[in-house]
Amino acid sequence: MSKFQTTLRNAVLALGALVFLFPFYYMIIGSLQTKQDASLGGAFPHLGNLTGANYTAINDRINLFTGLLNSGIFTMGVLLCTLVFGVLVGYALAVLQWRGRGVTFALALLVQVVPFQLLIIPLYVLITRTYGLGDNYLGMILPFAINSTAVIIFRQYFLQLPKELFEAARIDGAGEFKLLWRIALPLVRPALVTAALLTFIGPWNEFLWPFLITKQATMQPLAVSLANYISNVAATAANPFGAILAGAVVLAAPVVVLFIVFQRYFISTDVGSSVKG
Amino acid sequence: MSTTIKTPRAGSASASPPEAGARKRRSLLGKHPLGLLFSAPYLVFVLAVFAYPLIFAVYIAFHDYFFAAPGAVVARPFVGLRNFVTAFTDPDVIRSFGNVGIFLIINVPLTVVLSLILASGLNRVVHLKAFYRVAYYIPYLTASVAVVAVWLFLFNGSGLVNQLLGPLAPNPSWLINSSWAMPSIALFVTWKQMGFYILLYLAALQNVPNELYEAASTDGAGAIRKFFTVTVPGVRPATVLVLLVSTVTGANLFTEPYLLTNGGGPNGSSTSPVLLMYQKGIEQGHPDEASAIGVILVILVLGIALLQNRFAGGKD
Repeated sequence: MSKFQTTLRNAVLALGALVFLFPFYYMIIGSLQTKQDASLGGAFPHLGNLTGANYTAINDRINLFTGLLNSGIFTMGVLLCTLVFGVLVGYALAVLQWRGRGVTFALALLVQVVPFQLLIIPLYVLITRTYGLGDNYLGMILPFAINSTAVIIFRQYFLQLPKELFEAARIDGAGEFKLLWRIALPLVRPALVTAALLTFIGPWNEFLWPFLITKQATMQPLAVSLANYISNVAATAANPFGAILAGAVVLAAPVVVLFIVFQRYFISTDVGSSVKG
Repeated sequence: MSTTIKTPRAGSASASPPEAGARKRRSLLGKHPLGLLFSAPYLVFVLAVFAYPLIFAVYIAFHDYFFAAPGAVVARPFVGLRNFVTAFTDPDVIRSFGNVGIFLIINVPLTVVLSLILASGLNRVVHLKAFYRVAYYIPYLTASVAVVAVWLFLFNGSGLVNQLLGPLAPNPSWLINSSWAMPSIALFVTWKQMGFYILLYLAALQNVPNELYEAASTDGAGAIRKFFTVTVPGVRPATVLVLLVSTVTGANLFTEPYLLTNGGGPNGSSTSPVLLMYQKGIEQGHPDEASAIGVILVILVLGIALLQNRFAGGKD
């Protein structure tokens, strides 16, 4: 490969990184400006134009703490259900032999291609009208409760564990719950982290569903209250973009930080080391 | 399926002969009936949240359905195709489908080409690989609502993009210009989702055998030639997946027109079918028409997916 090609490749990749990262940098800079400065010079921090006032401004309007709390409850509910019930079904699909296993696995695959847009109307009718779960955490969590992609990841990782391990433990008289809890789970820890991260971003970033079923501001996750702020009241703030961007930083930060901390798990698909250890 | 059950069954039978009752239950529910118990919560979830609402959606679309007070018993007569006729004689609905068409024409080819180029560059790079991967993936991980905020700031009338473009900036500005609103949304979604497709391609590139590149080099093929004769055919299954996922994502478009162009503006030039489903079904109280739009949207997406599979999928 010629030197020119290597240079070209690096230039393309660096340009890509710039295009992907610049808006995030700009989000942070914009959220710290006293006076909105959209000129080219505004893309660089100026000491005289720095402030934390936008964060207090957005907090006065949408109460960041309530929003974060609601997002947190929504996300944790989904995470808990996925980790408990998803691991159980993943284990059953990979390790146990029972009638209906093939059908269940086919369902887990099929669910991924069911378009959510067709489901919003019936789910809205069922959850807010029939079950009366509008403005309710349970109603928020229910449609996302068990992430099917996580189920498939769990199954995949459990499948990679050696069969002899399970047979030996069963001969020693271990029950299936004990097998799952004491032997299988500790060996698939990377799968737990991968699936947990993947599951986390779904409800944390979800806008449409909680937007449909929450009308009270005190029940809205941050993504919904920030969106309402953007579409309704932004014009009334002194520095509307500053306040919006401050809200955006608060909404984006947890996911970005989690991803950077755990990124080696997120990308790794290799369970080998933990099985051999 | 039968072969996977046979071997362990034979093995365990010789190890510990089971009792007659247990054997009967085993033949009915399989070797580990506990599996069914472990899967029960998930099965209930899939039936309640996917299977039943799916049927219910089709039911609503064919009936005179409206919101009633909880517990009230009201007649909801079967109306055949009336909801479909009402929905699709509305020019706004036709326009929203056209908008998604514009969106897909811009978004899908751009996504496939750019993510394959970036992924194959990333695949060969030695330094900074982890940094690039994180950088490309971050927009995909971030909430649409959060990144929409920055795009509003970047692309508004006096925003940074227009300042850089100077006299070349469109007037009215991008998001309030009826011919630029939908392309702007398509660009935004391309940018936001690309990290996911780059990772898909990156995984697919691991499966392209190195010998093919070596053989192509021996035959005197240059880098560009190798890209088209080895890489592109080698990642074809991933391309089919990228086409499918990006089409489905495009059909699901809601947050971007709702926030970036303030509800599908200007004058409906960026409304999407899902946005109309929300407006008609929930804001205006016509869930039956909204469901009809949903059913047609899904049928169209399935049709496009089948065509893509036919033409991009090859014979394997």
